[in-house]
Order: sequence, then structure tokens, then C-alpha cells
Amino acid sequence: MRERDVPQEGNATLAGHRKGVYAIADDGRLRLVSSRGWEVEEIVTRQAVEDLERRAMRARARALSGEASPLEYHMYRARMDVELLSQITGLWRWRVRRHLKPAAFARLPPALKTRYAEALGITPEALEKVE
Amino acid sequence: MPDGFVHAHASHCESGVMSSLLRHHGLPFSEAMAFGLASALSFAYLPFVRINGLPLVSYRMPPRAIIRGLARALGLDMRFETFRSPSAGMQRLDALLDSGKLVGLQTSVYWLPYFPPDLRFHFNAHNLLVYGRERDEYLISDPVAEMTVRCARADLARARFAKGVLAPKGLLYFLETPPAAPDWVRLGRRALARTARIMLAPLPLVGVRGMKLLARQIERLPLADGGERARLYIGNIVRMQEEIGTGGGGFRFLYASFLQELAAKTGHAALDGLASRLVEIGDRWREFALAAARMIRGRDALSPPALAARLRALAADEKFFFQSLHRAQREWAR
Repeated sequence: MRERDVPQEGNATLAGHRKGVYAIADDGRLRLVSSRGWEVEEIVTRQAVEDLERRAMRARARALSGEASPLEYHMYRARMDVELLSQITGLWRWRVRRHLKPAAFARLPPALKTRYAEALGITPEALEKVE
Repeated sequence: MPDGFVHAHASHCESGVMSSLLRHHGLPFSEAMAFGLASALSFAYLPFVRINGLPLVSYRMPPRAIIRGLARALGLDMRFETFRSPSAGMQRLDALLDSGKLVGLQTSVYWLPYFPPDLRFHFNAHNLLVYGRERDEYLISDPVAEMTVRCARADLARARFAKGVLAPKGLLYFLETPPAAPDWVRLGRRALARTARIMLAPLPLVGVRGMKLLARQIERLPLADGGERARLYIGNIVRMQEEIGTGGGGFRFLYASFLQELAAKTGHAALDGLASRLVEIGDRWREFALAAARMIRGRDALSPPALAARLRALAADEKFFFQSLHRAQREWAR
């Protein structure tokens, strides 16, 4: 890649930041060039983010209709999955999966709800609701 | 607070941190040199490590390989500390800053508020430098950011003690004594040999063979669901190659820069030609990424076999390239 070919396409996922890429300058030497982004990166980053957002929205609908607990929504909103949430809380995966059901979630002792809330970076009150 | 620290923008966090750390202690050391001498270039396809249901594809050696690899190669007097509790970890950071140390940290990306929201994923092996503190705010030199940034104490503590895969456990590191000037020829030869060996390893998941295996997996992607999963699968590969701070072309341009610099430092001119060839390979990787992105967006028809063919061609190019690199290393008489 030549320096003049470094994409400056204003990748929205960079939120105005510039990233460093290496390209060949006119003297034939590679050097770090600041890039406003490449559309290719924007496409794949948005794709990954939208996949997570879609999971969160589906979980939100399930929580509102009473099929799932709010925990599932908050888990996906924090860009986590059962695997990661289980690692962070130190709970078995099957337990986390069980707590995604409304009935099991409702019976959770406050200490466990606090543990989930801390892992997700929200307050225990926020964990009870989907907004 | 360390005196006279100068921030430098880099493409990759770990090589950027080591470059700035060494430069601060009086040894001019580029990011490319840090990356290359640590033999950080690689390729790996790890189907048993899944992130949001997608396999891990990596264009470099595992996290911490650059820091630990350089510490060993340069014989650095480096200290690494992890902590049981966030409060102990933050106290130690404050004490080190007060004594004038420049401190490196391993953190999660997700919990750093200054990161663009779309790039905040649960990746726990990010690296940054702390060069000072003003009350409850830390002054941070994050190599992938153009300028220095600030981060509140509570946020930094959270990012340092994030849990999950590659949990940093508050890891901090710093140099005890200034580094000695290295023997570029000896370290260079060893680093080239190691990278060539890894890329040509007779193991199914790494190097050139890993690319071929990944090509086979791409070819077999099911399209029965309208291609949704296939699109996520190939999108993930491109993200690992371009988005996550690789300097473009899955670190190939960065490594080419290392070869140029090593040629200039040691006078081994054969490396210059190899650098040009690797830049061309990097361009092919960019074309692979572009073709994949066009398919993801539906501008071109989704064709996993076409992408698999590109990947096989890349595997063939890289095989030939790393064989040449291996030869250049052996012929490098002292």
C-alpha cells in the first residue's frame, strides 16, 4: 500500500479517531500513516456490533413478553454471552442459563443479583428492568 | 510522575507500548522493530476458541508474546506484577508513578471510556502506558490513540481487573534499569528464523497450513440460512485482519517495515527485497478483505469458494515468501 492509497474514508466506527497503518512513502520506505478509516473496516465492525445489538433487541422483546428474564437483555447489551458472563461471575454456565428464565431470576437472592449487576457494570435496580 | 515522556502513535498496542517504553528509557526503538524482533508475526486458526460463536483467527502471536519476547531477547530488567485486589493494584500504580516510573498496564478494552463505542469489545489483552496522575485522573498514553488520553480511577481499576479469558489481574510492568544497546544482527537472525519456522510449521492450525485449513472451512460454510452465518464468519476474519490495530494487511505491512529497518541497521540488503515482496502480499490480503466486505454488504454475490481460492493463493505466496526469508537468514554470514 502506498501512502497516497491509504484510505481516508471517514469510518464512522472510529468516532473521529484516526488509526495508524503502515504504507510506503515516496522515498520507498514504510512509515506509519494516520488513517480516517477504510469502508471495509466499517462494514465488518458494524456487522459485529449489529449482531450483538440484534441479540439484545430480541432478548428485550422476550423479557417484555415474559419469556425471558431481564438478565438476558442486560447480558447482550453489555456485549457478553452466557460463556463470558459465567466466567466473570464465577457461576456455572448452566446456572447462568437457568437465571435467564423469569421464574428462576425472580427467586434469586439479592446477593446473586448484586453479583450479576457488578459483572455487567450496572446497579441492582437497573438489572430488574428493561428500558 | 516520569519526566519528559513523549507519546507516539502506533498501529498495535503491544508493540507500541514496548517501543515507547524503551524510547523513554533512552533506547530508540520503533514499533516495527519491537514487533519484528519479538517474532510476533504469525497466523493461527483456532476453532476451539470461540468468541460469540465464531472461531478465533489471529494474524500474530498470542497476547503478551511481544512484551515477554522482547524482555527476554534484550535481556531487559523488567518487573511484572499482578494483584489479588483492585485497591492493592491501584495503590501500587500510584506509588510507582510517584517514584517517577513509566508504567505499562494490561487492560480490557470494553471498560475504557475513551475508546470509540463501536470498538469496545470484551478483549482483555489491551496494553497502554500510564505516565502520570492528576488527582483521580490518570494520564494515559494509549499507543493506538493519536493523542494522550485521560481515564478516571474507577474506570481504570475496572479495566485492569476485568475477568474472563486473558484476565489481566491488574498486570503492570516497568523497567528497573535502562536497556543496553542490542546486537541487531544476532537478534535479527534469531527473530527471522523463529518467524519462518512458525509460518512453515508442520502443524495444521498455524502458519501457512492454518490458512489452508481456514480456506477449507470457508468453502464448506453452509448457505442454507440465506448466508447470514457465512457473512458473520468471514466478517470476523476481516475484523481480525484489519480492524483490531494491525497496521493493515494483518500485520504484514508492519513486519515489512521491520525488514526494511533491519536491512538499514545491519546492511543485510537482501531484507529490502523481501520487504517489498511482503508489501505486495499485504496488498493481496487487503484485496481479500475488500472482496469479503463487498460480499457481506451484498454488492457482490456471496461466494465462499471465491474467498477460499484467494486465501489459498495467499497461503502459497506466504509459503514461498517465508522459505525465502528462511534462506536469507541462513545465508546471513556474520
